[in-house]
Amino acid sequence: MPKTLFEKIWDKHVVDVLPDGTTLLYIDRHLVHEVTSPQAFEGLRLAGRSVRQPGRTLATMDHNVPTDDRHNINDPISKAQIEALEKNCNDFDVTLYGLDSNKQGIVHIIGPEQGATLPGMTIVCGDSHTSTHGAFGTLAFGIGTSEVEHVLATQTLRQKKPRSMKVDFRGALQKGVTSKDMILKLIRELGTAGCTGYVLEYAGDAIRALTMEERMTICNMSIEGGARAGMIAPDDTTFEYVASDDRPYAPRGEALERAIKEWRKLPTDPGARFDRELSINVSDLPPQVSWGTNPGMVADVTGCIPSPDAVTHCSQVDAERALEYMGLTPGTPVTDIAIDTVFLGSCTNARIEDLRRAAAILRDRKVAETVRMLVVPGSERVREQAEAEGLDRIFKNAGAEWRFAGCSMCLAMNPDQLKPGERCASTSNRNFEGRQGKGGRTHLVSPEMATAAAVAGHFVDVREWM
Amino acid sequence: MQSFEKHRGIIATLDRANVDTDQIIPKQFLKSIARTGFGEALFCDWKYAADGSLDASFELNADRFRGASILIARNNFGCGSSREHAVWAVAQAGFRAVIAPRIEHEDGSVKAFADIFQNNASKNGLVTVELSESEVNEIFNTVTTTPGLEATVDLVTQQVTLHTHEPVIYNFDFDPAIKENILLGRDDIGQTLEHESTITAYEDRIGETTD
Ligand code: SF4
Repeated sequence: MPKTLFEKIWDKHVVDVLPDGTTLLYIDRHLVHEVTSPQAFEGLRLAGRSVRQPGRTLATMDHNVPTDDRHNINDPISKAQIEALEKNCNDFDVTLYGLDSNKQGIVHIIGPEQGATLPGMTIVCGDSHTSTHGAFGTLAFGIGTSEVEHVLATQTLRQKKPRSMKVDFRGALQKGVTSKDMILKLIRELGTAGCTGYVLEYAGDAIRALTMEERMTICNMSIEGGARAGMIAPDDTTFEYVASDDRPYAPRGEALERAIKEWRKLPTDPGARFDRELSINVSDLPPQVSWGTNPGMVADVTGCIPSPDAVTHCSQVDAERALEYMGLTPGTPVTDIAIDTVFLGSCTNARIEDLRRAAAILRDRKVAETVRMLVVPGSERVREQAEAEGLDRIFKNAGAEWRFAGCSMCLAMNPDQLKPGERCASTSNRNFEGRQGKGGRTHLVSPEMATAAAVAGHFVDVREWM
Repeated sequence: MQSFEKHRGIIATLDRANVDTDQIIPKQFLKSIARTGFGEALFCDWKYAADGSLDASFELNADRFRGASILIARNNFGCGSSREHAVWAVAQAGFRAVIAPRIEHEDGSVKAFADIFQNNASKNGLVTVELSESEVNEIFNTVTTTPGLEATVDLVTQQVTLHTHEPVIYNFDFDPAIKENILLGRDDIGQTLEHESTITAYEDRIGETTD
């Protein structure tokens, strides 16, 4: 029977089918961060349990960390959480990339970077954007703290098999249009619950043409459409990424050759069946800008703020509430919206390529007087690489702030926050009310669009700058 | 976890769709390393005005919902992050069950609850009840017109009863595996570890760790 990529990985990781019908699924890699793990480690302690496979577990700190002066954490509660992770990793023998490590960074950026994310794996983390790792042809999804504890103790999860959906992206993107625009478009079409219960496989020529960084951006936001996971079949682009650079967890030499041979068997077989299939042509896709308070409320940059009765996937009341929160009037052209903050960062768009593409726009330009632009690399390795290429100087010369790695203003748990009423063009993934600071207004866009907005002081169709 | 067979209490409405975890519990409360103390923070940004007083315009602050222990909301409740703190907050604020509608359309149905939220709820004995859109509309109407209305969620019979003059009953589906765990208040890890020899056999088969 022909099988999908998802089914191949699932089947290979079935440890047992339990009497109640759930599957005990083996977890190859467990990523851990400071916010969703303390209660799980505490649970282990109380029950006298240990971490079953410390070698398959990898921890870092990202959500809370300051991105300016890293060793001066003023908030005592953040500090307690960071110290708790240090103690837990120490007590349970788990590798930690802490604040002093040059491998520290956002958990979904360091996994691939360190070669801890490899095709064919099952990967979980107490974080919904674990779907990012699916870009390598892995089954990767977010779990809650009780499940974190379950994986720590048993290296397995009890799961019901999700349904599968194939999304075919066809055509060729115009210059200035990115994979961020592709995924925003998909969520706009299906709504934020449109993929709930499904594992998505992204396929088609428009996906094949993407780099690994761009693929990670798409898989990252699968969860914003409600999907359990998003995945992309591995190909030569994937293998080149794994083989390149210093990735301590990845196989090398003959072991890598053998692994690649296995990985080539992963893609979906011709004739394999999905529970649902759809296709989107991206050839005419303009850059996308979110206008509301969830990632399905999105418009073309060439369009206008919709009238509440024309908004799909939510009630008119919800749309009105979103417009009010965002301080927007229906009929306003998107390019008339002025912004005062730009956040270039997060596990969606803070990899080296994202920074390069933003820097290319900022070269010989300046951030507008009215705008504060924050550039937060996704990992310390990205920061070092960017500095080696001189990107930091381009950002600083243009008037942007250059920071250390962390989640930063993506969820504003550290001091990087919007003030009430501030309006931000953000490369992150969530525009929920208060996400970037209480009363703050978030517009989700690509790095190119965010940077162009930083220069112009309002949204512009970045295709005109290409 | 706390077991659940049947619960009767005041039912409160939250007339919003896509209630995300950032609203259920804003991130400033995620810094705790404890598992308790989240109840007060539930819907914090909606619940309190800027000066810290209760915001009268937020529907759950209404007197008639004081002490409510069953919540009914619109589609896609609990979307967003994986934070189990969201479930802890709902449960610790005194809610034992949440009801939301599944939405049917031509391409299939949209689940009432976001996946991870529902999963987390199942590990904490918080019962998530999926009803049809029309049933949920009906309950919203009944609650609005019947102050102090109580409901019973019965997991054994998989029924929601509205205690109006003439009681109204709605049947719901529930995953049998999760049902048993919640009925018994059973800890997952202990159960899984009963299969430890199978896990070890699997690990022997795939060889040592991949690194
Ligand atoms: S960057 Fe944002 S979305 Fe990504 S892990 Fe950090 S907080 Fe979550």
